[in-house]
Amino acid sequence: MSQILSMRELVPTIFEAVVKAPEIAKKAKAGEFLVVMPDEKGERIPLTIADFDREKGTITVVFMTIGTSTYKLADMKAGDEYFAFVGPLGHASEIKNHGTVVMVAGGVGTAPIYPIARALKEAGNKVISIQGARSKELLFWEDKLASVSDEHIIMTDDGTAGRKGLVTEPLKEVIEREKVDIVYAIGPIPMMKFSALTTKPFKVKTIVSLNSIMIDATGMCGGCRVNIGTETKFTCVDGPEFDGHLVDWDLLISRQKIYIHEEKCSFDLYLENKGVKL
Amino acid sequence: MTDKKPRRKERVPMPEQEPKVRATNFEEVPLGYTPEMAIEEAERCVQCKVPSCVCGCPVNVHIPAFIKLVAEGKFAEATRKIKETNALPAICGRVCPQEVQCEEQCVFHKMGRPIAIGRLERFVADYERDNDLIEYPTLPEKNGKKVAIVGAGPSGLTAAGDLEQLGYEVTIFEAFHKPGGVLMYGIPEFRLPKDIVEKEVDYLVQMGVELKLNEIVGKTVTIDELLGERGYDAVFIGVGAGLPKFLGIPGENFGGVYSANEYLTRSNLMKAYLFPEYDTPLVRGKNVCVVGGGNVAMDAARTALRLGGNVSIVYRRAREQMPARQEEIHHAEEEGVKLCLLTNPVEILGDENNMVSGLKCIKMELGEPDESGRSRPIAIPDSEHVIVADLFINSIGAGANPLLTKSTPGLELNKWGYIEADEWGKTSKPGVWAGGDIVTGMATVIEAMGAGKNAAMDIHEKLMGVKKPDTSPEALPDDMECQLPPKRKEPTS
Ligand SMILES: Cc1cc2nc3c(=O)[nH]c(=O)nc-3n(C[C@H](O)[C@H](O)[C@H](O)COP(=O)(O)OP(=O)(O)OC[C@H]3O[C@@H](n4cnc5c(N)ncnc54)[C@H](O)[C@@H]3O)c2cc1C
Ligand SMILES: Cc1cc2nc3c(=O)[nH]c(=O)nc-3n(C[C@H](O)[C@H](O)[C@H](O)COP(=O)(O)OP(=O)(O)OC[C@H]3O[C@@H](n4cnc5c(N)ncnc54)[C@H](O)[C@@H]3O)c2cc1C
Ligand code: SF4
Ligand code: SF4
Ligand code: FES
Repeated sequence: MSQILSMRELVPTIFEAVVKAPEIAKKAKAGEFLVVMPDEKGERIPLTIADFDREKGTITVVFMTIGTSTYKLADMKAGDEYFAFVGPLGHASEIKNHGTVVMVAGGVGTAPIYPIARALKEAGNKVISIQGARSKELLFWEDKLASVSDEHIIMTDDGTAGRKGLVTEPLKEVIEREKVDIVYAIGPIPMMKFSALTTKPFKVKTIVSLNSIMIDATGMCGGCRVNIGTETKFTCVDGPEFDGHLVDWDLLISRQKIYIHEEKCSFDLYLENKGVKL
Repeated sequence: MTDKKPRRKERVPMPEQEPKVRATNFEEVPLGYTPEMAIEEAERCVQCKVPSCVCGCPVNVHIPAFIKLVAEGKFAEATRKIKETNALPAICGRVCPQEVQCEEQCVFHKMGRPIAIGRLERFVADYERDNDLIEYPTLPEKNGKKVAIVGAGPSGLTAAGDLEQLGYEVTIFEAFHKPGGVLMYGIPEFRLPKDIVEKEVDYLVQMGVELKLNEIVGKTVTIDELLGERGYDAVFIGVGAGLPKFLGIPGENFGGVYSANEYLTRSNLMKAYLFPEYDTPLVRGKNVCVVGGGNVAMDAARTALRLGGNVSIVYRRAREQMPARQEEIHHAEEEGVKLCLLTNPVEILGDENNMVSGLKCIKMELGEPDESGRSRPIAIPDSEHVIVADLFINSIGAGANPLLTKSTPGLELNKWGYIEADEWGKTSKPGVWAGGDIVTGMATVIEAMGAGKNAAMDIHEKLMGVKKPDTSPEALPDDMECQLPPKRKEPTS
């Protein structure tokens, strides 16, 4: 059991929890993830390590409420305990001095990208961050991301903050403007897919972090399999980061939809149990 | 003797749920003996001077001794007799393949009516538990040594229990949020109720074993850290064979295509069969294809059947060659599972949503025997046909999961990735023992327990200098030579 030390809503639908987990904090590296279960009847869901503090022995997770499990997590308060909080899992990001890196974050993807940007900055890279959101009120951690970036570009769909438009626009401009050695893109699947498509003609290596549906997250079940080039890989143990130019996006999208009916049924029951009229 | 009825000849049958009824629920299929039935069955045992049955049991349960106690109606004492060598009798009585172990060696086996050792073992263990008669052994004083056990499957649990009883401070590190290994995530509720597994684990915890759940060794903590800064004097690795195998045919990544590991873990560990009360979903197929012929395939098929599917097992050889227990095949067929024998899948078909829609198969015929002695199946030309399916479960075996072994330098592996260990579980790495499926490839619960037992004795000898028995336990008559420790097998596929 891991105790929640603090819990807050960063922006509507996006929550940040700081969790006491000294053993995991001791090991945590940027790019790794955890498996979290809200309660005994809950699912095992993966969440990226958004921050860690080795001294305090804490791990920060940031999640967006989209279905039963994430709503259950959002219902929990400081002092509550997660039924399971397991990690660190997956491969850490490769941190070295590449030269110039562009970090593209979409929506809740800002959280997982932040520790990677920080580590890359500390490794001596020039860090250019592009942070996108639907609108101003959904932007979070701008200051954190800016503090580890040499340049920080904000994009919103409706133009209420930063520039109006998609993250792929400044991404293309930066690549045309200067030599970029590597791009990280983390966010919703379409955003990662189109970022990879944007960089492909320029042959700039683009790392994406895939969010396959998982169970054990130790390579035991194969449920998280994805196609990378001609090979089948397990996201949990071979990833979650992969070369975005090799990902079979259509397969990933279709495998995300396997339980679409069950997820709705589960969420309806969740609302009913909370006394919400349907 | 005069007032007793004559000794019964045939085995006392065990009542079971009717096939039609049980095919729609997850309750246990066999219902267990009543005390009268157990006594009647126990009285059939002739208490052989040289009890060959004991040799058939990988942990040499004192079979005639416990059966005698059953015949006398001393059920709790009978359980304690079994527990001298086997800490998990309620589990073994249910899932041991007795027909090729203890019961195969019973003198009545040739006549087709061996003593129902497994059923009796199950009965007495249930009796002790249900009547709150469980007694905890008095433990010796702590000897000041610490042992870490990796994995709470049958091998790890057994090693932990034995070492605790020898005075060690024992901690189990388990990756999942529940202990039990395959007993928890693989074998379904209708064959092994999970509250029984929980109670047997609780017995160890009550005895003093520390259980650390949600700790993945190799990730949260490494073997070298356990032996180093964490101060453990020895480590036993019992992580099982948790790596799914896929067929390598087109279409395997469609939705609704599962490895048996995933399907069973969702259903058993995560309780997806109770969805939406539990949050984890599972594709509930109307037409289900399970590929494989082992116990895992039977478990997957019978689970899918209970979740409302028409289930076919697709197997490339003939029925006689299926590796599953006869009893399981029989149970599956009784419940309505169809067997498509001599049939091999070549491609999985999908619909416009990338969900599985069918299975393209070819017919096979049996040719000359291969190295395993089984007839080699050969494809019949132009025999392609399509079986309609909206759920496909792949049960063609498991491999060695590299997560832990990759992070443990100095641990020698064989060419399949299993850990190299001697018959006492000693590995190439100082301070590290291993046993169970991660050494032998998928075997049985009782063999994994035997491995845990042997390792505990060897650890005790290394750490405390107490010599382990190098032949069969003293309880065995002089003129008997049993295989102990159990013979190692190469992994089968
Ligand atoms: C490595 C990894 C890291 C992730 N990190 C974060 C993070 O830091 N913050 C965050 O908000 N989200 C993260 N996710 C996604 C997060 O796991 C899902 O949003 C969550 O599981 C949804 O569960 P739900 O019950 O709330 O929604 P549901 O209604 O169950 O599902 C909504 C959608 O989420 C996806 N999903 C469902 N179950 C799972 C599952 N067990 N595993 C993965 N995806 C699933 C499916 O595409 C589904 O359509 C990550 C996913 C992965 C694989
Ligand atoms: C579906 C199915 C049905 C079966 N039916 C039968 C049967 O009827 N009769 C029979 O005798 N045998 C049966 N078997 C085989 C039997 O279950 C196994 O041989 C036995 O469980 C092996 O025990 P083990 O201790 O080696 O490992 P497991 O039971 O596999 O347990 C290993 C444990 O280690 C944990 N673990 C793994 N990696 C790590 C890590 N890095 N850190 C911490 N923990 C870790 C796992 O989560 C698991 O809990 C069946 C197997 C399956 C899959
Ligand atoms: S443990 Fe298994 S093999 Fe041994 S006596 Fe019991 S049922 Fe038979
Ligand atoms: S061999 Fe059979 S009859 Fe003889 S002691 Fe063992 S169980 Fe009893
Ligand atoms: S989640 Fe089971 S193998 Fe990746």
